[in-house]
Amino acid sequence: MKVRVHVSLKPGVLDPQGRAIQHSLEGLGFAGVHDVRAGRLFELDVDNGVSDEALDDMCRKLLANMVIENYRIEKVAA
Amino acid sequence: MAFNSAVITFPGSNCDRDMAVALEKVSGTAPHRVWHGDADLPQGLDFIALPGGFSYGDYLRCGAIASRSPVMQAVIEAANRGVPVLGVCNGFQVLTESGLLPGALLRNATIRFVCKDAKLTVENAQSLFTGGYEAGQTISVPVAHHDGNYYADDATLDRLEGEGRVAFRYAENVNGSARQIAGVLNAAGNVLGMMPHPERAIETTHGGTDGRALFESAVRGLVGA
Repeated sequence: MKVRVHVSLKPGVLDPQGRAIQHSLEGLGFAGVHDVRAGRLFELDVDNGVSDEALDDMCRKLLANMVIENYRIEKVAA
Repeated sequence: MAFNSAVITFPGSNCDRDMAVALEKVSGTAPHRVWHGDADLPQGLDFIALPGGFSYGDYLRCGAIASRSPVMQAVIEAANRGVPVLGVCNGFQVLTESGLLPGALLRNATIRFVCKDAKLTVENAQSLFTGGYEAGQTISVPVAHHDGNYYADDATLDRLEGEGRVAFRYAENVNGSARQIAGVLNAAGNVLGMMPHPERAIETTHGGTDGRALFESAVRGLVGA
């Protein structure tokens, strides 16, 4: 089973990297970009038997830092 | 009584030797050197130091992988038993990632790596680590980091301030840290995390000795004068 885990900074947490990317887009002449938030995408290949709870646990214990980040789990058709 | 301390080395630590030298110079006893894969710590430790560096290449998040390494389970248990733990720079990041200290360390607000002598204000001069300073004293300690921007939600920051757990504050905010926080203590006062490097300021040849009192107060507090 393929699983995608999207990790993003919580709203309100400063994202200096996102801001630098936004400035760079502006520098390239792209208008109308108000904000950029950088996140992370993990693609996991796991046994079909791995439970939703275990996936959730992986996110909370390692893939995301719950102090500053949110995560979203997406199961992808193989 | 000899000062029984340990310095933990992770793959990518690079201030472990400096930390070991500082502990030996101040206490007179060389610390144990402990590898990240060790499941056990030496017996009867008075003090554990988590050094600066780029553990595991800063993969995932700074300190994240190190905080889940075998030795950190033993460090967490020791800290919860009251053994003093000092985390400097990457060591501070490991402490927040492990949950021993609240908050997180984000990329510097300026995006840039900051490497300079930073003026710090000693906010709490009562702790094991800071008893050698005066409250309100300004000291100069080197900083060298890319991810030292301390973040915690307002309720946590208010609690830290209210409980006297802000140990050091930047006189000038070098990295965008919330409330200019440079170092925080846990609730019991036996765990200190700080981005500045006191172990790089213990001899005059370092350009300053303002970090020395931190190690001296810890040694004095733990094994007597």
